[in-house]
Amino acid sequence: MKIHNTTGGRVFDAANYLFLSLVGIVTLLPFVYVFAGSFATEAEITRRAFFVWPEQFSLGSYEYIFSTPAFTRALITTVLVTAVGTVVQLAFTVTMAYPLAKKTLRGRKLILSLVVFAMVFSGGMIPTFLLVKDLGLLNSYWALILPAAINPFSLIIIKNFFQELPAELEESAKMDGATEIGILWRILLPLSKPVLATFALFYAVGIWNDFMSPLLYLSDNSKWTLQMYLRQVTAASDLLGTGNVDPNYIPPEQGIKFAVIVVATLPILIFYPFLQKHFAKGMLIGSVKG
Amino acid sequence: MAAPVVEAEASGRAASRPPARERKNAKFSVHFAHYKWLYLLLLPGVLYFAIFRYGPMYGVSIAFKDYVPFLGVNGSRWVGTQHFEDFFSNPDFPRLLGNTLILAFLNLGIAFPLTIVLALLLNEVRLSILKRTVQTLVYIPHFLSWTIVASLSFLLFALDIGPMFQFLNNVLGTNIDFLSDPAWFRPLIVLQEIWKNTGWGTIIFLAALATVDQDQYEAAIIDGAGRFRRVWHITLPGIRSTIIVMLILAIGQMLNTGFEQIYLMTNALNRDVADVFDTYVYFVGITQGAYSYSTAVGLFKSLVGLVLIFGTNWLAKRFNQSGLF
Repeated sequence: MKIHNTTGGRVFDAANYLFLSLVGIVTLLPFVYVFAGSFATEAEITRRAFFVWPEQFSLGSYEYIFSTPAFTRALITTVLVTAVGTVVQLAFTVTMAYPLAKKTLRGRKLILSLVVFAMVFSGGMIPTFLLVKDLGLLNSYWALILPAAINPFSLIIIKNFFQELPAELEESAKMDGATEIGILWRILLPLSKPVLATFALFYAVGIWNDFMSPLLYLSDNSKWTLQMYLRQVTAASDLLGTGNVDPNYIPPEQGIKFAVIVVATLPILIFYPFLQKHFAKGMLIGSVKG
Repeated sequence: MAAPVVEAEASGRAASRPPARERKNAKFSVHFAHYKWLYLLLLPGVLYFAIFRYGPMYGVSIAFKDYVPFLGVNGSRWVGTQHFEDFFSNPDFPRLLGNTLILAFLNLGIAFPLTIVLALLLNEVRLSILKRTVQTLVYIPHFLSWTIVASLSFLLFALDIGPMFQFLNNVLGTNIDFLSDPAWFRPLIVLQEIWKNTGWGTIIFLAALATVDQDQYEAAIIDGAGRFRRVWHITLPGIRSTIIVMLILAIGQMLNTGFEQIYLMTNALNRDVADVFDTYVYFVGITQGAYSYSTAVGLFKSLVGLVLIFGTNWLAKRFNQSGLF
């Protein structure tokens, strides 16, 4: 289609392109500032209000945090919990999605409606906390994984995906004497790799970013995750909402905060291109209907 | 259809995989034996929902009890609606309701329209490299944790040394500590929400915009309609149902102010304007141990949320739009 662009249209285009470029840059600026600041000296951070390139390059902040046991422990913990948690959550979701994709399975409708109800109504923070406590999971890393083991939205999207796979694939495998579990493991999972990779990433991001679960369930600060550590480092002690101001408290240097933020953000940025490739599609097939 | 006939048919064929219609009517034990592997696969997920989703729903009963940890959920004494009465007569109630609603309306009134505007502007871009680059950039913040967003805010607005602190105070000619000044709590929350989620929110609108009939634009151009008239008369009506559905979702989620965001930005100085239902439940329930009372507060919030979701959905259907359910 040929669009006749008027002068007014061209002015609009120019203004629009300029504006959107600015939106993009402004979105990015906080990262650039923090990234630059993490490689700057403390003196430069205090002296210069804003910069995107340090005058004097320094690895001091990183050397400091990686020599701090509390930080390295939190980092390793978070990496491990994210890895194990992603596998567990994906396994729970896939094993439940597969039977639910079989329209002839009895009880399927009931289970699906219970799943949908769980999307719009939940017991809430306190009953969930008490349940985790009664199960003896307080201060256990399982408390960060199990209560969120299945995301109902992901479950339904994966179920719909299985449902749309051609039935002939399974029929022929059944002829060869494969069990349902064999079919799932050897035929469906390899076919669903891209979809599963997408949901694995979403689960991983969810666990990595989770602040509420460790806040609720990990009172032992030697078990803290990176998000908890980040919170402690970046919030000024008198602003933590506790009302207790410790007169001996020495706030951490700015550069250290910058470096911790960079470490907590980096994995997300590294995986972002993979996420971006799939998420728009994932959101669109995510309709609950049908 | 009579069951024995079906059984006879099924055994007559001696098939291990009877056709679907017959399977539907077969005895459950036969059905179960046939599908045993599938039921086995279903088990972990069903247990998960029973324990971690429906368990807490049962636990909600402590909202009507005087919960004592030692006695457990079942052993604790019933007190009826005592906790609800306490909450509604507590001066905290109007304050929480006000704070929650103000934040919700600020988000609905500012962040929501901004999302649509950004989607419309992106949709007008014909330079695909620019469009893709801007999209890539504005989606990123959605994937960052609220802890990171809050930490970035603490650094940018830090007293005396933060770049935003210096910039804004220079422009305004003031000396405001944005992080502790209660008057700046809400603007900061809305600003964070815009930075984190506006870009992400455009995805659904861009998808809807892609489905708007292109022939209509051609006809409009022939009729001499300019850029803005085309947007007003074709584009916006074309995505009206998407806007309404997203608005329904947003209104249904109105009371979910986002525990993490608010908690992270709450401090001793801004508590009066910062407290919302979710953070109140945490402070009263977890840190002060008033389990039953805080569960009642949470239940009140969930029920109102449920009414909002179904109510707005019903409204949308009445206006002849596609509802959600």
